Amino acid sequence: MSDTNAQSTAFVREAMLPAKPAPVTQVGAVRWLRENLFAGPVNSALTLIGMFLVYTLVTHFYPWFRHSVWNANSMAECRAAVTASFGDGATGACWAMIRERWHQFIFGFYPPELYWRPIAVFVLLFVALAPILFTQLPRVMLGFSVIYPLVAIWLLWGGSIWPVTMVAVGFGLGWLAMRRLSAYSSILAIVAAVLVPVLFWLFAVGPLDDLLTSVLPIGIEPVASDRFGGFLLAITIGVGGIVMSLPLGIILALGRQSDMFLIKTFSVVFIEFIRGVPLITLLFVASLLLNYFLPPGTNFDIILRVMILVTMFAAAYIAEVIRGGLAALPRGQYEAADALGLDYWKAQRLIILPQALKISIPGIVSTFIGMFKDTTLVTFVGLFDPLKGIPDFIRADFNWKGIYWEPFIFVGAIFFILNFSMSRYSMYLERKLKRDHR
Amino acid sequence: MTSASDAPEPGFRLSQLIYDTRYRSLTIQVVTFILVMAGIAWLIDNTIQNLNQLGKDFNFSFLTNRAGYDIGQQLIPYTNDNTHARAMLVGLLNTLWVSALGCATATVIGIFVGVLRLSKNWLVARLMTIYVETFRNIPVLLWILVSLALLTELTPSPNEYRINPATGEAGVTMWLFDSIAPTNRYTAVPSVEFTHGLGAINTAFAPISLNYLLIVMALIGSFWANRRLLAHAHQVQDATGVRPTTWWKSLLILLGPVVVVALALGFKLNEPELKGFNFVGGTNVSNAFVALWLGLSLYTGAFIAEIVRAGILAVSKGQTEAAFALGLRPNRTMSLVVLPQALRVIVPPLISQFLNLTKNSSLAIAVGYMDLRGTLGGITLNQTGRELEAILLMMLIYLMISLTISGVMNVYNNTVKLKER
Amino acid sequence: MKKSVFLGTLGVACLSAGIAAASTLDEVKARGELNCGVNTGLVGFAAPDANGNWSGFDVAICKAVAAAVLGDASKVKYVPTTGQTRFTALASGEIDMLARNSTWTFSRDTDLKLDFVGVNYYDGQGFMVRKELGVTSAKELDGASVCIQTGTTTELNLADFFKANNMSYQPITIDSNAEGEQQYLAGACDAYTTDASGLAATRAAFADPENHIILPEIISKEPLGPAVRHGDNQWGDIVRWTLNALIAAEEYGVTSANVDELAKGTENPEINRLLGVEGDLGAMTGLDKDWALRAIKAGGNYGEIFAATIGESTPIGLARGLNAQWTQGGLLYTPPFR
Repeated sequence: MSDTNAQSTAFVREAMLPAKPAPVTQVGAVRWLRENLFAGPVNSALTLIGMFLVYTLVTHFYPWFRHSVWNANSMAECRAAVTASFGDGATGACWAMIRERWHQFIFGFYPPELYWRPIAVFVLLFVALAPILFTQLPRVMLGFSVIYPLVAIWLLWGGSIWPVTMVAVGFGLGWLAMRRLSAYSSILAIVAAVLVPVLFWLFAVGPLDDLLTSVLPIGIEPVASDRFGGFLLAITIGVGGIVMSLPLGIILALGRQSDMFLIKTFSVVFIEFIRGVPLITLLFVASLLLNYFLPPGTNFDIILRVMILVTMFAAAYIAEVIRGGLAALPRGQYEAADALGLDYWKAQRLIILPQALKISIPGIVSTFIGMFKDTTLVTFVGLFDPLKGIPDFIRADFNWKGIYWEPFIFVGAIFFILNFSMSRYSMYLERKLKRDHR
Repeated sequence: MTSASDAPEPGFRLSQLIYDTRYRSLTIQVVTFILVMAGIAWLIDNTIQNLNQLGKDFNFSFLTNRAGYDIGQQLIPYTNDNTHARAMLVGLLNTLWVSALGCATATVIGIFVGVLRLSKNWLVARLMTIYVETFRNIPVLLWILVSLALLTELTPSPNEYRINPATGEAGVTMWLFDSIAPTNRYTAVPSVEFTHGLGAINTAFAPISLNYLLIVMALIGSFWANRRLLAHAHQVQDATGVRPTTWWKSLLILLGPVVVVALALGFKLNEPELKGFNFVGGTNVSNAFVALWLGLSLYTGAFIAEIVRAGILAVSKGQTEAAFALGLRPNRTMSLVVLPQALRVIVPPLISQFLNLTKNSSLAIAVGYMDLRGTLGGITLNQTGRELEAILLMMLIYLMISLTISGVMNVYNNTVKLKER
Repeated sequence: MKKSVFLGTLGVACLSAGIAAASTLDEVKARGELNCGVNTGLVGFAAPDANGNWSGFDVAICKAVAAAVLGDASKVKYVPTTGQTRFTALASGEIDMLARNSTWTFSRDTDLKLDFVGVNYYDGQGFMVRKELGVTSAKELDGASVCIQTGTTTELNLADFFKANNMSYQPITIDSNAEGEQQYLAGACDAYTTDASGLAATRAAFADPENHIILPEIISKEPLGPAVRHGDNQWGDIVRWTLNALIAAEEYGVTSANVDELAKGTENPEINRLLGVEGDLGAMTGLDKDWALRAIKAGGNYGEIFAATIGESTPIGLARGLNAQWTQGGLLYTPPFR
C-alpha cells in the first residue's frame, strides 16, 4: 500500500528542516560592515578615504603624544628627556609647561592665595543660573540671581563692600519709586525708576560711602583689573557682556518691533551698525577711541572699556535673538493681552516677554558661545587672553621659548569642553521647549 | 426746536500728550529723539574738546600723503611711494579677495560635509560629526594660528628645492610637473602671461587687462550660445520626444572660443623657478593668506555644514520617497529634489555665515596678512597717528561691505524663495 | 539680573570717571600709583616673570620715576601696550608715561603730540640671518623674505633701505615679537629685522644662538626713549630729569651701593646738588629734595640697570657701544645739574 504512495509522489517532507543560518554576509559584523561601510562603490571609496585620513592623523600625531614629558623645568629639559627615552630625532609633547603654568592659563596673574574667589564666583554662577533654567526650583532663589552680579563683582575685584552695596541700594530705591508711582502712571514710574538711582549715585553715594567706610571698614583685598587673564578674563568678559547686554537687547528688540517710526529707526540703525562691523574694530574703539568720546580726563581701565563695547556688541545680537522669540509668539498672545486691557508695558512684562524670553534661551546660549569664543580677540588690545596673550607671554620666558603646540591643544581642549557642553545643553533645551509648545 | 448741539470743541490739553494714545506715541518719539540727539551731541562735544586738548584736528588729508611702507600681497599695482588712500584700497581688495575665496570654499566644504554627515556610511558620518563639532566649538583665531603654524612647520623651505650639485637631486620636488612649490613662507604657483597680448588700459584705479577682458567676453558669448543650444534641444524634445545629444556641442561651444582666444593672445604659464633666496617667475601666494583662507573656510565650513544638514532634514521625507518612487537614483534625488528645496531653508542663515566670515577676515591681524585693518587700521593709523579718522573710516567700510553682501544675498534669497500666492 | 547690572556698571563707570586733575603730577600723587606703558613682552626690556612681576631695562625707568615721585618703586601699574595702542594710550591719559622702546622721530614728537624726554637707548635697525645662508652684508639680501613687525618705524626704514639700494624683498608682516621668532626659526623668512638690541635679545633666547648672525649694517638711527604727553611740561621735566639723574649718577660714580653714603655730603658739589645735599633742585619740579636719591636707589644708576637687564653678563649680552658715557666714547651726555 505504501508502495503506491511512494510511486505516485516522489517525496513528501514529513518533518521541517531546522532553519539555516543566515548567509554570512547578512549577520553580525559582516552585515554591519556591508551596510554601514561598504554599501556600494561610492560608499566603499569614502570609507577607504576616511580610514586613510584617520590612519595618517594617528600615525603623525600619536608618537608625539606618546612621547609626552610631564616633568621638566624648561623646553630644553623636555627635549633632552624625549631624546633620552626615545632616541634621536624623536619629538614629544612637553606638557610640563602646562603643569607648571596651568594656573596662568586659568587665572592669569590673579594672586594665587585668592584663587578661591574666582572659583567661588564660578560655582555661584551655577547657583544663580539654576532658578532661571529649572523652573521647578523655589522662586525665592531668583532673589540670589538678582544680587549675584554684584556679589560676583565684589568677589572678583575685592575692595570695600560699600560701593557695591551702594549700587544695590540705588537699584532698590529705583524699584521702590517705581512701585510707589506705578499706581499713578506707568510712564512716571519708569522715569522715576531711572532718575532716582541715578540721582542717588551721583549725589548721595560719595559722602555715604566715605561715612560708612570710616565707620565700618568691611572689605576684602582688592585685585586690580590688570591681574586678570586667561580663562578668568575670557569668562568674565563673556558672562559679563551677555548679562549686561540682556536689558539693552530686550529694549532694542522691542524698539525694533515698535510701531513708532523713530524708535524703530534708531533700533535698526544701532543693531545693523554693530552687526555690520567686526568685533575687532569695536575692540579698537574701546582701546583707542572711547577716551575721545567721553569727557576730557575720563579714564577707566581697559577691561571695563572692553566690557562696554562687548556689551554693545552682544546687545545687537541678543536683540535679534529676542526679536526671533517675539516673532515666534502666536499673535493671539498679543491680542489676548490687549483684550485684557493691559497697557503696553504691563502686556510686555506679564505676558509677552516671559514667553518670548523663554523660547529665546537656546539662542541666547548660542550667542554666548559665540561671544565666549570671540573674547580671545582681546589679545589684540594688549589683554592676556588664554589663546594668544598667555602663551605669548609664557614664550617670552627663556625656559619655554619655542613651545608652540601644547598651549594650543590645552586651550583648545578647554574651549571645546565648555562650548560643546553648552551647545548640547542648548540643543536639549530647544527640544524640550518645542515639546512644550505642541 | 432743539437742535443737537455740536460736540464740544476738541480743545487740546497738555495732558493729552501723555494720556491720549493718539499723541502719546508722538510724545515718546519726540522725547527719545531729543535724548538720542543730546547723547550724540554730548559725544561729539566731548570728542571736539578732547581733540582740542590734544591739539589735533579731524581731517582725512593724511590719506593723500605718501604711505612709505610695502604690502606683501597686492591685487593692484602699489609701491611705497603711493598714498595712504591707495594702500587702504590695496588692503580693502585683499579683504574682499580672502573673503570671497573663503566664502566659496566654506560653502563647498559645508555642502559636502553637511551631506556626508547624513550619509549611511558609519565611519564617514562620524568623522564629519567630529569635524563639525571640533571646529564649531573652538575659536576661529586658534584655527587661523594653527593653519599658519602647520604651513610653516610642515612645508620645506625654498632652499630645499635647490638641486644639490653633488648629488644632482633636490631635497624635495615640486608638485604637478614642477609647477607648484609649497614652502614655509609662500606657495609658488605659475603665473599667466600673454606673449602677444593687447596690453592694458591704465585707469587711476587699476589697469584693466585687455587680454582678460577679451577672454571674459568670449566666455559670456559662449554661455549665451550654449543657452540657445539647450533651448533648441528643449524645443526638439517637446516636439518629438527625443532629446538630441548636446553634451559635446555644449563642451565645444563653451571651451572652443576661450581656447582660441587664449592661444591667439599667446597664453603661457610662467613656472616658478628658484633664484637666489626665493622662487621667482610665478606668483608667490603668501602663507599668511593661505592660513587665513584655510582657517576661515574650515571654521565657517563647519557652521555651513550644520545649516545644510538642517536644511536637508527640513525637506519632508515624502519628497525623497516620491523621488524614489519615480525611479530617481539617490544622488539624483539629492541634487534634483532635496537640495533645491533645502536651499530655501539654507540661504538666510548662509547669508549671516558669509557676513561672519567677512568680518572674521579682520583676524588677518593674527597672521600679518595685510587686509583693510592691516593697512588703514594698522600701519597707516600708526604712522600718521590718526586713530579717530582711520578707525571710523574702517568701520564705515566694513559696514558698507556687510550691507552690500546682505543686500545682494537678499535679492538672491527672494529668487529662490517659495513663491506664495 | 537684567537691568540692574547694566545700569550698575554705568554707575560705577561714572563714579570712577572723575574729573581731570590739574596736572599729571598731582594726578599720579593722588592716585598713589604710576601708570607706565610698557612692551607686552620683550625679554630684557620689559617682560613679566612667572608671577606677573615686570622687570627689564624700560621697566627700570618706570620704577625710577615712581620712586622719585611717589617714594616707592613698586607703586607702578604696568600697562602692556602693543605697537598699535601705545601712543593712543598715552594721548588718552590711560598711561602717564611710555617706556616702550619707542623711537624718537620728528613726526611723533610734533604731529602725534608726544614729548620724548630723552634717549635711554641709542639703537639702530639691523638684520639677523641664519649663518648657513652665507650672507655677510645686508646688501646681499636682494629678493629675500624679511620678517617685520607691523606698526613700527622699522617697516618704513626697510622700505627705504631696499629702495635706496635698488633691491627687492618680500615683507612678511608679523604681529608680535614672539610670532616673529617662531616664523624666523621655522624658516619662513630669510632675515628678521628690528632694532639691533631687540635682535640681540631675540637671538640670545634661541637654543642655538651661534647659528645666527646679526649683519653689520645698521640701516637707521633709532634713539629709543621714554615719552610723555605734550603740554604738561612739569611732568615732562620730572621724567626727563629722572632719566638724566640715572645717567649723571653713573658719570659721577654714584651707585645704589654708595648712594646712601654719598648722600651724607661729598666734596663734589655736582653730586651734592644731585642728591639734594646742597640746594633744592627737587622743589623746582614739584618734588622733594631726595627725589634723585630714591630714583637711583630703586635700581641703581644707568650703568647698573644696563648691566642687570641687558648688559654683557645677561643672556642678552649687549655691549654698551653708543650707550656708554660720553667720557668713554659713547653718546650719553647729561646736561649739568645746577
